[in-house]
Amino acid sequence: MKQVNRVPVREQDPEVRKNNFDEVCLGYNEDEAVAEASRCLNCKKPLCVSDCPVSIDIPSFVEKIKNREFYQAAEIISRSSVLPSVCGRVCPQESQCEGKCILGVKGDPVSIGKLERFIGDWGRDNGFIIPVKSEPNSHRVAVIGSGPAGLTCAGELASLGYDVTIFEALHKAGGVLEYGIPEFRLPKEKVVRQEVENVKRMGVKIITNAVIGKAGTIDNLLDNEGFDAIFVGTGAGLPLFMNIPGENLNGVLSANEFLTRINLMKAYDDEFDTPVRTGQRVAVVGGGNVAMDSARSAVRMGADVSVIYRRSAEELPARAEEVHHAREEGIDFRLLTNPVEVLGNEKGWVTGLKCVRMELGEPDESGRRRPVVIPDSEFIIETDTVIMSLGTSPNPLIAGTTPNLETDRKGCVKAVDENGTTTREGVFAAGDVVTGSATVILAMGAARKSAKAIDDYIRSKYAGK
Amino acid sequence: MFKLLEKKKIGPDIWQMKVSAPRVAKYAKPGQFVIVITDKRGERIPLTICDYNKDEGWVMIVLQVVGLSTSRMAELNEGDSFADFVGPLGQPSWFVNAEPSDIRGHNFIFIAGGVGAAPVYPQLKWLADNGKKADLILGARSAEQLILLPELKEVTNEVYIATNDGSAGEKGFVTDTLKKVLLERPEYYNECIAIGPMIMMKSVAEMTRTFALKTTVSLNTLMIDGTGMCGACRVTVGGKIKFTCVDGPEFDAHLVDFDEAMRRQGMYKREETESHRCNIDKAVEESHKRK
Ligand SMILES: Cc1cc2nc3c(=O)[nH]c(=O)nc-3n(C[C@H](O)[C@H](O)[C@H](O)COP(=O)(O)OP(=O)(O)OC[C@H]3O[C@@H](n4cnc5c(N)ncnc54)[C@H](O)[C@@H]3O)c2cc1C
Ligand SMILES: Cc1cc2nc3c(=O)[nH]c(=O)nc-3n(C[C@H](O)[C@H](O)[C@H](O)COP(=O)(O)OP(=O)(O)OC[C@H]3O[C@@H](n4cnc5c(N)ncnc54)[C@H](O)[C@@H]3O)c2cc1C
Ligand code: SF4
Ligand code: SF4
Ligand code: FES
Repeated sequence: MKQVNRVPVREQDPEVRKNNFDEVCLGYNEDEAVAEASRCLNCKKPLCVSDCPVSIDIPSFVEKIKNREFYQAAEIISRSSVLPSVCGRVCPQESQCEGKCILGVKGDPVSIGKLERFIGDWGRDNGFIIPVKSEPNSHRVAVIGSGPAGLTCAGELASLGYDVTIFEALHKAGGVLEYGIPEFRLPKEKVVRQEVENVKRMGVKIITNAVIGKAGTIDNLLDNEGFDAIFVGTGAGLPLFMNIPGENLNGVLSANEFLTRINLMKAYDDEFDTPVRTGQRVAVVGGGNVAMDSARSAVRMGADVSVIYRRSAEELPARAEEVHHAREEGIDFRLLTNPVEVLGNEKGWVTGLKCVRMELGEPDESGRRRPVVIPDSEFIIETDTVIMSLGTSPNPLIAGTTPNLETDRKGCVKAVDENGTTTREGVFAAGDVVTGSATVILAMGAARKSAKAIDDYIRSKYAGK
Repeated sequence: MFKLLEKKKIGPDIWQMKVSAPRVAKYAKPGQFVIVITDKRGERIPLTICDYNKDEGWVMIVLQVVGLSTSRMAELNEGDSFADFVGPLGQPSWFVNAEPSDIRGHNFIFIAGGVGAAPVYPQLKWLADNGKKADLILGARSAEQLILLPELKEVTNEVYIATNDGSAGEKGFVTDTLKKVLLERPEYYNECIAIGPMIMMKSVAEMTRTFALKTTVSLNTLMIDGTGMCGACRVTVGGKIKFTCVDGPEFDAHLVDFDEAMRRQGMYKREETESHRCNIDKAVEESHKRK
């Protein structure tokens, strides 16, 4: 008989972790990983794999863990993903691989994410190097953006022998992994930088501080800098605001600003120069991962935090684990509540948030029940900081400077097929820049397909030459 | 790493620095800016591109020490390097992409306050190179803070100088000089471009509105990424939210909500700043308050 319950994972105590930025989840050690791996049935038709966007061969790598063949496990994962330590930590496993695991019918699904994380970290600590499949060829591909999409596409193409250069606008590589997701969920030095280094070891060059569209355009890269194809993985970084009165008051900031100050610029660390102002009482508007990360970062900066979300707990789009952790850390969830105005004092600083109560009506296009305002339900939440976490859309830097690259109404680059082929010849795109804000693993899955399409494109372009 | 090739003191607490940054130099245009990080603990500081040379691969910046990060930056010596130097960012000045014929009949009056002399320089130079020298009103607290004067004279027709203490040129504010010039030559100018402290740009905008003179300002809001990602740089222009780093930094002065912009700029003022701010901004601000 298999164990019904998964091996529990060690975590920092909520009362302790509220005061630090160290990682909350401590992960499995070897024995725990082996014990958890032993629960897997090694299914003939593994349902878990079908719901992993990069189709990691889950039963095989889990089997290797069971046999303590960790190196082989790392090798199996590396065939499908260059970011195991990242995905093991941030994938919404409950709605992907683990959501389909057969053990989930009667008990806990296999902790696939935690096992993947274990192997990713093991590889780092034991000098595992991702093997490269092909001999170098002379074709050059430019990858714009170093988030999960860019890193995946670059790694995949390097493995096929291409000469790949990533151009990144910020001063550090990693995209949202670096500037958005906080240290306590995804350590920067230990995990992100390590996995970026792995991609570099495959031969990929990364040029930071290079804003394509400003310091050269896609046309320049194709026509003058000798690239045969371009992959656009620039994400969806442009923050949305609510367009309600008072939104430009001092003390209202986007989640991106707050998180960038904290993560990319390390504002929580006194040794770094960038300031961040977190008031005594912080209201975070939104219910996704970004909102949870902002709220939990604000807790760690010493604030009293509430999350304001217009639907109910059931619809919270954040990963289940994040909501759970947020609750444990004492964050107050104000559900079925929507802000209508930010209130300020005569000096222009925030003093409160005027909200209305909501109820759920008929389902909308997304299938979720639409929130409807309850008449005469206005009330005020006192707060001195408001963090808007309402979603993001792609920035206009690429679309605005690339002729014939079509975008949709929201500014997302149009992909004409599932490989991320765009309306511009030689230019491919995937990840948040195509879909709008989604997940790490969806960006990676799509980027893998684009890498394949870029390989096909370059082969056919040079066929017979 | 981005090497500091030359460093020159051009005024009290004002430094001119030539930095090796080939990619930025290659694509730079007047009106654009860079973001500079001094060392790995440093913050991202926006600075206007003051001059550039594509062939030699350098960019010139002019830096006024006002607080922590700018003083860190000023501590670097020739031969040292900046950790990061990203750009060019923002939209170039509109005339860079205009037809030569649109510029020929277009008379510009530039106004530069304090270190604002640095960002107007590449614009004036570009216009001079394209056969359209402009006029300039250059303002500072006193004579020793008038920077880049010889360089500016070379690329302009007329330079009017205004100092608060009267130690050079007219005694008074740039707006006093502007008023005089506009009254002397009514109908002559088609556009005023003003760059300097927010309060100066606001006063200029108020004055030119009464003359119905089109006015452009370059806003120095708070910024982090400079690529449209954080929204820290947002301003209200014509009732709409704009991001200074991608939509600007230049905007129609008559549409900018300056009071909001000035309030937002102060959001992260550090405690120590007050004592450090020996500069023109502060003097100008205070004298305006007194008025
Ligand atoms: C706070 C936060 C928490 C999240 N939590 C989770 C989570 O727990 N699980 C999960 O699966 N997903 C999560 N997500 C979503 C996930 O991070 C994204 O879906 C994913 O990062 C998208 O990857 P990408 O490569 O498409 O884009 P990004 O990660 O956004 O990377 C794009 C990169 O391109 C660069 N760039 C942009 N424009 C240019 C240009 N013109 N030139 C050069 N470079 C450019 C950007 O600087 C950036 O580095 C979270 C997102 C945020 C913001
Ligand atoms: C597009 C643009 C172009 C600029 N060009 C120049 C230039 O050519 N030369 C020059 O000397 N300065 C320029 N500035 C202003 C310069 O960026 C600030 O003086 C600098 O950020 C102050 O940092 P500090 O740490 O020394 O000062 P502190 O006062 O200690 O800074 C505290 C915080 O406030 C911010 N801050 C303070 N003052 C300003 C300000 N005036 N503008 C923007 N952010 C501010 C800083 O980023 C920091 O986060 C420009 C600003 C912008 C946005
Ligand atoms: S990559 Fe994500 S979805 Fe795929 S197996 Fe790993 S945790 Fe599951
Ligand atoms: S579905 Fe579950 S039990 Fe079956 S192979 Fe996948 S992880 Fe193992
Ligand atoms: S500086 Fe971040 S959006 Fe403009």
